[in-house]
Amino acid sequence: MLALLSDFTIQNVIIGAMLLGLISGVLGSFAVLRKQSLLGDTLSHAALPGICLGFLIAGSRNLGAILAGALVTGALAALFMVLLTRTTRLKTDAGLGIALSLFFALGIVFLTHIQATGGAAQGGLESFLFGQAAAILRSDLWVMGTITAIALALVALFWKEFKLVTFDPVFAATLGLPVLALDIALTLMIALAVVVGLQMVGVVLMAAMVVAPAVAARQWSNRLDVMVALAAIFGMVSGLFGALVSATARGLSTGPLIILAASAIVIVSLLFAPGRGLVWSGLKRLEDKRALRGRRVLTTLYRLAAEHKDPAYPAEQAMVDAYYGLETRPVLNRLHQRGLIAQVCHMPEQTPHWVLTDQGIAEAEALLGHRDDTP
Amino acid sequence: MKNDLHEPGLALHVEDLTVSYQSRPVLWDIDFDIPPGVMAAIVGPNGAGKSTLIKSVLGLVKPTAGHITMFGRPYKVQRRKVGYVPQRSSVDWDFPTTALDVVTMGLYGQLGWIKRPGKSEHARARAALEQVGMADFATRQISQLSGGQQQRVFLARALVQDADLYFLDEPMAGVDATTERAIVKILHALRDAGKTVIVVHHDLHTVSTYFDWLVILNVRVIAQGPVSQTYTPENLRRAYGGQIALLDRDNFLNATPSAS
Repeated sequence: MLALLSDFTIQNVIIGAMLLGLISGVLGSFAVLRKQSLLGDTLSHAALPGICLGFLIAGSRNLGAILAGALVTGALAALFMVLLTRTTRLKTDAGLGIALSLFFALGIVFLTHIQATGGAAQGGLESFLFGQAAAILRSDLWVMGTITAIALALVALFWKEFKLVTFDPVFAATLGLPVLALDIALTLMIALAVVVGLQMVGVVLMAAMVVAPAVAARQWSNRLDVMVALAAIFGMVSGLFGALVSATARGLSTGPLIILAASAIVIVSLLFAPGRGLVWSGLKRLEDKRALRGRRVLTTLYRLAAEHKDPAYPAEQAMVDAYYGLETRPVLNRLHQRGLIAQVCHMPEQTPHWVLTDQGIAEAEALLGHRDDTP
Repeated sequence: MKNDLHEPGLALHVEDLTVSYQSRPVLWDIDFDIPPGVMAAIVGPNGAGKSTLIKSVLGLVKPTAGHITMFGRPYKVQRRKVGYVPQRSSVDWDFPTTALDVVTMGLYGQLGWIKRPGKSEHARARAALEQVGMADFATRQISQLSGGQQQRVFLARALVQDADLYFLDEPMAGVDATTERAIVKILHALRDAGKTVIVVHHDLHTVSTYFDWLVILNVRVIAQGPVSQTYTPENLRRAYGGQIALLDRDNFLNATPSAS
């Protein structure tokens, strides 16, 4: 393991993957809360024509030029989407979809053109489609690290403003905040996160990296600061996992592994997060169902006792079973455990009989009284 | 400086206001004034432009023509004197934050850029929650609150702004009777403290019991003035047209004597 960590290339991949997880987790949280999960998808697909243009202008596989191109076309796509939704009746989802397909199609056209005419100089541009983490250089890390640091500093500095604009943009506007400028800033920063991830996971899978850590983190916390921190951690853990697994196993590429790890965290979170998880709410429903059955059987016993004008009336279990048409033993046992009923003998019958305890009578009266209150 | 004051004696002064969406006027040639220290209702049928009016007053919608001043100056320079309660449905209540945090947001404007809310801001927010009877829910996640409780949190966020003029957009929509009474009580207390309260209201039955000033709107201003003079069947018919049958007759009988 230590030998693995001291390998220069693997170090690069690990650092790159974790930087990507960090920035996309933090900015993805804002994108998801602003209902712009698809924005990441559009920005990443729209980066493709920019990658090609950057390559054409620089004349080589210069990362700076390529990322700048990606940022420019990504921003253009976002602008195009905003124009579409503001000037036509299209809603955001349709606007995002149109911008995505238009820019991605342009990108594919440029890409095939470069492949057909550029000969050997094309330098593996198609690796930006699915990412090629192993090709990452130490100098690339400096670019990614600087972008991440700038984005994180901006989020920390304008935390309160970004929070308010995300939660209640109208109220933010009445306070005099420049909502449009903050909107643009957040969108540009998400575009930056996408650009950082292009080399790692590629344009096709990058959207998942924006959405997955944030969605998972939302499950575990009801506070924005905790959610953003968790999303950053989830993103970094996914990056670390993808980098390590692809380094140890042959023929597994890093990008998709990162996405798979992030998706696994999402699934676990959707199922098991306390309060919001599916398993948790399922258990709660089961519990409620049991409690309801218990309440119904208890009130039945109470009514029987009332009918016989005997608070200590022993109800035969088979009679309760017959009333409900099913086996009530488990329900009776639970009521017994809670001390609401007690088992008695009622000679000459040999079968089990149950009487209400004082506590059980009080509970049944409370239930019935409560029920009478509500029409 | 005195020169740039325009109608400083009025809490709200709206003159020749026209707002249109895609060349269709939503509000047309609106003129009305609201004096300080009253609790005013803005009523009108659906599509009358009530929410648009509030939005253009708060600078959220750009008017096509006309001007608006508050205590003599435009909203831009009077923000600190104005508190706003938007419609409850305007935000996603599943946002990861607490009731106290939402109320603290009311102070973001006064805090200024970058500065984070500290102890004194949280204390003020807590006091505002107390005022609306929500002190026990300060640390609750906002999606766990009932509709009425959410509305009270929004009200507390406006209270913490410590404004002179309050705008509320349908604060009584979809809340239970207890919450409605609580909200009205707080608004009356504000008015009695000399503040001006302007409410977009949807329930005509309660106009005469809750409010002392009324603006009836339907693209144009149908009537404005003290409730006792403006809340008449005649005015309401002009604003609501056929829909007026929805009102029960007793309500008018109650309203008419107080008008004379």
